[in-house]
Amino acid sequence: MNFKLRLWRQANGNAKGNFQEVEAQGVSPDMSFLEMLDEVNNDFLREGKDAVAFESDCREGICGTCSLVINGLPHGPDRGTTACQLYMRKFKDGQTITVEPWRAKAFPVIKDLAVDRAAFDEIISVGGFISVKTGSAPDANGLPVPKRDADSAMDAAACIGCGACVAACPNASAMLFVAAKVSHLGHLPQGQPERQRRVVRMVSKMDELGFGNCSNRNECEAACPKEISVEHIARMNRDYGVSALLGTDRDRSEAGA
Amino acid sequence: MILDAKIPPGAIDKKWTDYRFNMKVVNPANKRKHKIIVVGTGLAGASAAASLAELGYNVHAFTFHDSPRRAHSIAAQGGINATKDYPNDGDSVRRLFYDTVKGGDFRAREANVHRLAEISNQIIDHCTALGVPFAREYGGLLDNRSFGGAQVSRTFYARGQTGQQLLLGAYQSLMRQVGAGQVKLHTRLEMLDLVTVDGVARGVIFRNLVTGELERHEADAVILATGGYGRAFYLSTNAAGSNVTAAWRAHKRGALFANPCFTQIHPTCVPVAGEHQSKLTLMSESLRNDGRVWVPRKAGDTRSPDQIPEAERRYFLEEKYPSFGNLVPRDVASRNAKQMCDEGLGVGESGLSVYLDFHDAIERVGEGKIREKYGNLFHMYEKITDENPYQVPMRIYPAVHYTMGGLWVDYNLMSTIPGLHVLGEANFSDHGANRLGASALMQGLADGYFIISQTIGNYLVSNALPKITTEHAAFADAERSVKARLDKLLGAKGGTPPAEFHKRLGKILWDDCGMARNEEGLKHALEEIPKIREEFWRGVSVTGSGQDFNLALEEAGRVADFLEFGELMALDALTRRESCGGHFREESQTSENEALRDDENFCHVAAWEHQGKNIASSALHKEPLTFENVHLTQRSYK
Ligand SMILES: Cc1cc2nc3c(=O)[nH]c(=O)nc-3n(C[C@H](O)[C@H](O)[C@H](O)COP(=O)(O)OP(=O)(O)OC[C@H]3O[C@@H](n4cnc5c(N)ncnc54)[C@H](O)[C@@H]3O)c2cc1C
Ligand code: FES
Repeated sequence: MNFKLRLWRQANGNAKGNFQEVEAQGVSPDMSFLEMLDEVNNDFLREGKDAVAFESDCREGICGTCSLVINGLPHGPDRGTTACQLYMRKFKDGQTITVEPWRAKAFPVIKDLAVDRAAFDEIISVGGFISVKTGSAPDANGLPVPKRDADSAMDAAACIGCGACVAACPNASAMLFVAAKVSHLGHLPQGQPERQRRVVRMVSKMDELGFGNCSNRNECEAACPKEISVEHIARMNRDYGVSALLGTDRDRSEAGA
Repeated sequence: MILDAKIPPGAIDKKWTDYRFNMKVVNPANKRKHKIIVVGTGLAGASAAASLAELGYNVHAFTFHDSPRRAHSIAAQGGINATKDYPNDGDSVRRLFYDTVKGGDFRAREANVHRLAEISNQIIDHCTALGVPFAREYGGLLDNRSFGGAQVSRTFYARGQTGQQLLLGAYQSLMRQVGAGQVKLHTRLEMLDLVTVDGVARGVIFRNLVTGELERHEADAVILATGGYGRAFYLSTNAAGSNVTAAWRAHKRGALFANPCFTQIHPTCVPVAGEHQSKLTLMSESLRNDGRVWVPRKAGDTRSPDQIPEAERRYFLEEKYPSFGNLVPRDVASRNAKQMCDEGLGVGESGLSVYLDFHDAIERVGEGKIREKYGNLFHMYEKITDENPYQVPMRIYPAVHYTMGGLWVDYNLMSTIPGLHVLGEANFSDHGANRLGASALMQGLADGYFIISQTIGNYLVSNALPKITTEHAAFADAERSVKARLDKLLGAKGGTPPAEFHKRLGKILWDDCGMARNEEGLKHALEEIPKIREEFWRGVSVTGSGQDFNLALEEAGRVADFLEFGELMALDALTRRESCGGHFREESQTSENEALRDDENFCHVAAWEHQGKNIASSALHKEPLTFENVHLTQRSYK
């Protein structure tokens, strides 16, 4: 297969970027999108040119590192799939493919297709956890959790923190990312003591870091490679409402459970 | 050099308790004054950084990734072992200890393995409290599944994403400490050298991967939790960025490297599709709970699998190992799959794969149940192969997966360099010559949450550490050598991408130092690897600048280290003229093609010392292994 690629090139966060056109020839349909880019880069290196910067690690859809907007869609056209699990057989021979980085104020470009997502870590650091010191836990079966709740918690916890939700949102909101964590921990009895404090702190951090507001466009859910549902956002909004009403000092809330 | 493992005296089940009673503890008020560097934020590193910070130490955590949550641990699928015995099937600390020593083919230290088994339950308690959403039964209690090498069901899991959930738990604890100001997190910083002062580990030289700047960091102790070296083979199930650099640099500064040839080839991976492939994908071992492994009885049978009647299928693991069946340990399963393919019974276009068939399980429990257990794995398989494993059997083949070898550590998890501690897959660990499934996550978290948090205090109190700053000459020296090497790489304009050299190395290691090894092949590898290394330095192409985000430079640096390390691996494999676990020397096998150990000559840990000249002249030191609690026997899984 042959493709015409339009790759976003940008020397660093302050530089102006532009598209570079390259031909990708002799591509096997069994190649992943990233393997196709590897070959493009190897050609650049053979020609003594600067390789295009793009990030990846696990290459199996779980680490959340890869972050490409492909033909306008975060992670490309295949639903429920990260760019690293997208295979060239999903494209038409001869097609033009445009590759861009995540674009969001809170995710500044580092170089070419690589962006800085440290803002996500910062949001987690203010409340995306359960405060337990090593050594202090009771027996794991001491606290039964209804299977339904455990399963819902797992659905939300499947988030890989890639940021596609932010890239897809016209407002660059991080609501789905934050809601997934709030919902994961909020579904479990262990997560109750900090439930209100968690949501308030995470949401205000998100606002502070320059992510936009949610206007219920649901683009995030469509782009999410783990198909995390916007229902978690509704749930988080309820938690947030309750917390705002009761103040965050109340230790435990049954509301919204 | 005498390798003193510092194993505490006393009965095996009292050692860890007694050790903790006898060790020196740091006064709470003094902990803050001790700065500790933790390199690596995977399961081992993140759990260590979090628990040390909880104790009050001044922790600095480093990762080359953009976030701790990206560490390769995130990809672990199947589960984590513990001896809870919730299923009431007869599990105990003693049984996990026994299974692990036997599974490792008697090449691990008894005392370490016993401690690991003792701690295993605490890990499950802690992770559950942190909100790890382990699978549960309808009654609300935790569910278990079986894994290879064990006849009890002791594996806890979170769908097919156990590593992800455990890492997120550790990551969240780490971020809590970052938020509280107890840990300073440094992302996108790659360790390029260890700094020793008077033979003691006192700091690290890092390269900032975004700006290219070199940074010096000093500390009272350094912890490496930088993962395994399976990427030496190029094709493996490891993440693309996994590397040996940190461990290798520490080795060159004096840390002994133990059992580098002990690598694990996992039986159930998606087969290689072509030259372009950048990595292989694991299909979790847990699939062997429900999937049946088979090949056609007749060589060259090209019928589609559903056209092959039951009687003409060879369920080779079930037939050969009736009591363990499809759940034999990994080394045994891999070797048998290879043997089938060598005999021409392999399936698929290349003939290099065997079937893993879920037809019976789907009939028995329904597609929904199978989807619930393995949905993400089936999804992944379909993405890669374009085949639907609910309808046609998966095709699998062994692939490099895990490395049991690593930096040598004593019972305190300290390397031969005082102050340098090594955790997780990066140390030579508790798995001997073969790791059992679901035991790496257990070991990484045991090391990080529960062991290092105790043993490091003992080190800090027992040793007077003079105050130093990064102005010390040792830092300047190390930085100078790092810079010289980077400049050399940046000056390389040979026109060949680093990946090509990496692939060539990988092919040699796979052919000569893979699932089966022999003297001739290993000698061939030892001749070829130095040649590739030489060609690398003449022919590699590294474009771009040293002052910004330069992935080619990063990659070239890692490949250069693999090209040195690969030679040590082959040397170790050549020197160990016995088969054990995953190290199968063709010259040493039983009449049934099982690994035949030579306890008389090789019942030891092989620890290599760098000699500053070439790798071929590395010095071998042996730590003898004694078995007082598990009887040394020929492994059998019949
Ligand atoms: C696909 C797959 C599935 C697996 N499934 C299971 C399973 O089901 N059960 C099980 O028990 N085990 C499993 N394993 C094995 C297990 O996942 C690993 O052994 C374990 O997670 C390793 O953890 P770690 O913390 O030692 O290292 P890693 O998670 O690899 O972390 C290494 C860390 O070190 C950092 N680092 C490395 N080098 C440098 C450097 N030079 N400078 C700075 N930072 C550096 C990295 O950024 C990273 O943070 C699996 C492995 C694979 C490949
Ligand atoms: S590279 Fe890990 S999710 Fe794509």
